[in-house]
Amino acid sequence: MCRLAALTSAKHFSPMETIIALETMKEGHDGSGMGLMLKGLGGEFEELRDFPILSGICSKDGAHTLDDYMNRLGFTLKYTWTPKLKKVKGIESRDNYFARVYDYPEMYKDRSLEMKEHLLLQTRLALRELGKADESIIAFSFYPDILALKEVGDPMQLAEFFGLDKDPLKAKIVLAQGRQNTNYAINLYACHPFFLQGYGTMTNGENTAFIPIREFLSGRNILGYSGYNSDSEVFCHILHYTCRQLGYPLNYYKDVITPLKQAEIDQRSDNEAVSYLKKSLRPLCIDGPNCVIGFTPDGTTFMLQDAKKLRPGVVGGGSGKYGLMSETCGLDSAVPKRDKSKDIFPMKYDMVIIKPDAKEVTVWNQLHG
Amino acid sequence: MEPASRLDNNHGLTLGDFPYIIRWRDDRCKRCGKCTAVCPMFSIEPSVIVKRTLHSEGLIPEPKATRRTETVIKQTTDLSKYCIGCNTCSLVCPNEAIEPEFNPRHKFNFHKNQGGIPYARGGRRNDPAPSTLDRLRFSRISMLTDPALDAGRHEFRIRTYLGRMLPAEELPVKVINGKLAVNKSSGTFVPPVREIYPIMIGSMSIGALSPHMWEGLAMGITYLNEVEGMPVVMCSGEGGMPQRLLKSRFMKYFIPQIASGYFGWDEIVRTLPYMVEDPCAIEIKYGQGAKPGDGGLLMAHKVLKLISEIRGVPIGVDLPSPPTHQTQYSIEESVAKMIQSMSMAWGFRVPVYPKISASRTSKSVLNNLIRNPYASALSIDGDDGATGAAFNVSMDSMGHPIASNLRECYLDLVAQGRQNEVPLIASGGVGKKGNLAANAASLFMLGASCVSIGKYIMQAAAQCHGDEYNRCNVCNLGKCPRGITTQDPKLYRRLDPDKVAERVVDVFKSVDTELKKILAPLGRSTELPIGMSDALSSDDLAISERLKINFAC
Repeated sequence: MCRLAALTSAKHFSPMETIIALETMKEGHDGSGMGLMLKGLGGEFEELRDFPILSGICSKDGAHTLDDYMNRLGFTLKYTWTPKLKKVKGIESRDNYFARVYDYPEMYKDRSLEMKEHLLLQTRLALRELGKADESIIAFSFYPDILALKEVGDPMQLAEFFGLDKDPLKAKIVLAQGRQNTNYAINLYACHPFFLQGYGTMTNGENTAFIPIREFLSGRNILGYSGYNSDSEVFCHILHYTCRQLGYPLNYYKDVITPLKQAEIDQRSDNEAVSYLKKSLRPLCIDGPNCVIGFTPDGTTFMLQDAKKLRPGVVGGGSGKYGLMSETCGLDSAVPKRDKSKDIFPMKYDMVIIKPDAKEVTVWNQLHG
Repeated sequence: MEPASRLDNNHGLTLGDFPYIIRWRDDRCKRCGKCTAVCPMFSIEPSVIVKRTLHSEGLIPEPKATRRTETVIKQTTDLSKYCIGCNTCSLVCPNEAIEPEFNPRHKFNFHKNQGGIPYARGGRRNDPAPSTLDRLRFSRISMLTDPALDAGRHEFRIRTYLGRMLPAEELPVKVINGKLAVNKSSGTFVPPVREIYPIMIGSMSIGALSPHMWEGLAMGITYLNEVEGMPVVMCSGEGGMPQRLLKSRFMKYFIPQIASGYFGWDEIVRTLPYMVEDPCAIEIKYGQGAKPGDGGLLMAHKVLKLISEIRGVPIGVDLPSPPTHQTQYSIEESVAKMIQSMSMAWGFRVPVYPKISASRTSKSVLNNLIRNPYASALSIDGDDGATGAAFNVSMDSMGHPIASNLRECYLDLVAQGRQNEVPLIASGGVGKKGNLAANAASLFMLGASCVSIGKYIMQAAAQCHGDEYNRCNVCNLGKCPRGITTQDPKLYRRLDPDKVAERVVDVFKSVDTELKKILAPLGRSTELPIGMSDALSSDDLAISERLKINFAC
């Protein structure tokens, strides 16, 4: 089972804090990969927060293809961050790891956010396709204020390899996942966290209902509902579908992926609408066991459990900083000074929601609505 | 030259030409006559034979003849009274002295068309080979990649929906103060949907079934609903339902069927104002997997007083339903208008769906239904399904197996992104070899939302003799030795409705446990694994390719 470490804070912090938390949970991941996702970026990125960041990896040839493609579309490069790589035994380095900030093409500058988001997604998918055959380009995300870094290897070794301990890179939300590869070949596109148009998730556990969910999402004809190198990528897309496409408030994500029994729904004040959801979105029931951690475009973070509650998960901290971890030892490492009696262990009906800037934590109970 | 009598016998049949040969043991028989009295076909009769023995005593042969007359049990070679292999004789024999034995070299099909009338029978396709469903296995076991579920301790929700489901984008919901609420003023029609158990008892009519059998099934499902909390439902078959049931609160467990003969529907329509509960759904029968293109047939000798009352017809007449609905000249007329009419009759509160025989054209029907907002589901019946009466040629040579037909339909819906809108009900040979839970689970994973059983429940709940070696299969003649498919009180009084009901409950409770035993290792418990095709594999590459599932050997 993979290990999950997420931190949300009012102040910027180094992603190293999250990686160290992940390290304390080491016995739960096999070093088959680590994914990092940063939101609410600080440092050089802070002033560029309205401009899209393309996160990915490319070979030397891929770099030319990428530049040509981006130039042709009219994107102009404003800033490039690259990790200061250090040779680490066991980690095979690729040519270029990057986070490039672009300015939108001239004709898009005055367009709506929605149109811009569409262009960014189209571009990311096109780049992915361009580099697919020879892995010359791997594009994880292309969105304002989101930086993603993924590679095969042990988390601490990767941190050393990327030089993150010395890098001024900082963010207000960091998601990190240490992978325990069970089902599929090691492929960086299968590495959590997953991201789509402002929504990000990471998960532990196998998604046994993957095929019906993938078939349902693929059938929505929504740009970006593709890829699926991992059975967990669907969690992110369901979140996107629920909140962005259908416009439902965040807590209904839980009603979609872990629907209640009809008799339980009948007790809710919004029972009529939830009954409709249960039927119309039946194929999106995840059936677990999974713990899901994620964020939404406004910087809200959350943790929820499936209806079986077979996975571990804990949320703790205080005003200004919260950790969302798969194990308590991770939380102890990342937020040692906290009132442990207030730690939250979400159960099958719970969804822990932390407001942007780690201001407030609430536990939404599905049974009570 | 041969004697003339020998030449006369030349056109007769020998016992070796018959499908079942009676093995009678002279040494065990006490000549009580029970077997000959009970034989539904009069295939065996008490008879006398003369035995002439020669013996000689002393050194010089002096043969003397002794004639003895003995009573025996004799099997007839009259084709109209052929032994059906039902074993009723064995059932009543106190000394285990008699038993029919299957004769694999029989020539039955060459001769069973005397008078130019083709062989007609009940039962299902006479093919004892395992069906495709029996060649599928569940091979995706999440024992360590996920904590395996405990079939005995975890909570499982084995339920499904019957009814059309709107795509989420079309739901009349809006956000008010951070909560979703139904927008009553939107004018959107939200079709009725029922939550039911995903295995239903399929359409078998009162008429095809004896009153005791039908009553036993009805009591069984009522008990399951009201005592066990399992929402198992049952389709009436063509021919209506008793008035007292139509007017009862139990109607919600039943799916009245309307078929091309419209039998029983005058009575149902007249009862509408007095009904206190809506039925679960309405099934419109267009076809039956066992005999595609054939209408229903209830033969005159099964049309007795009760049937004539329920169906509104005279006693003792043949009741053939036409192969197609008389209103039909196009799919739009037949399906769209009938669905709409039936929906309207119950104020659009009851799901209405058609049942068709599996066919290469199933996808066309499905695509038509998708565009009909009142179509609630599609029931597809494969060629291993059974019937009460049909020509042997229809049963043995017509139709399409359910597995690939269902899969094609489901994948067609997937390609359109509409697999959750119109549920597919699969039937036709489910549990043919007794593996009800495994067959049903396979069909769910191939894309069925629900499966329907008929012959299985007759075999399991009432010990129906019929099998794929053409055993028994005289449902059409009203001679059912178990009293399942007859209207003759002398026969159906053999069947105890309470025992049938008990067995129905046994079957559903045990299949529920077996389904959990299948779903638990696959890591599924909250929703029915509809379309979870990665869990399935076959040991036949051609089957795997056709069904788009794994090949495992």
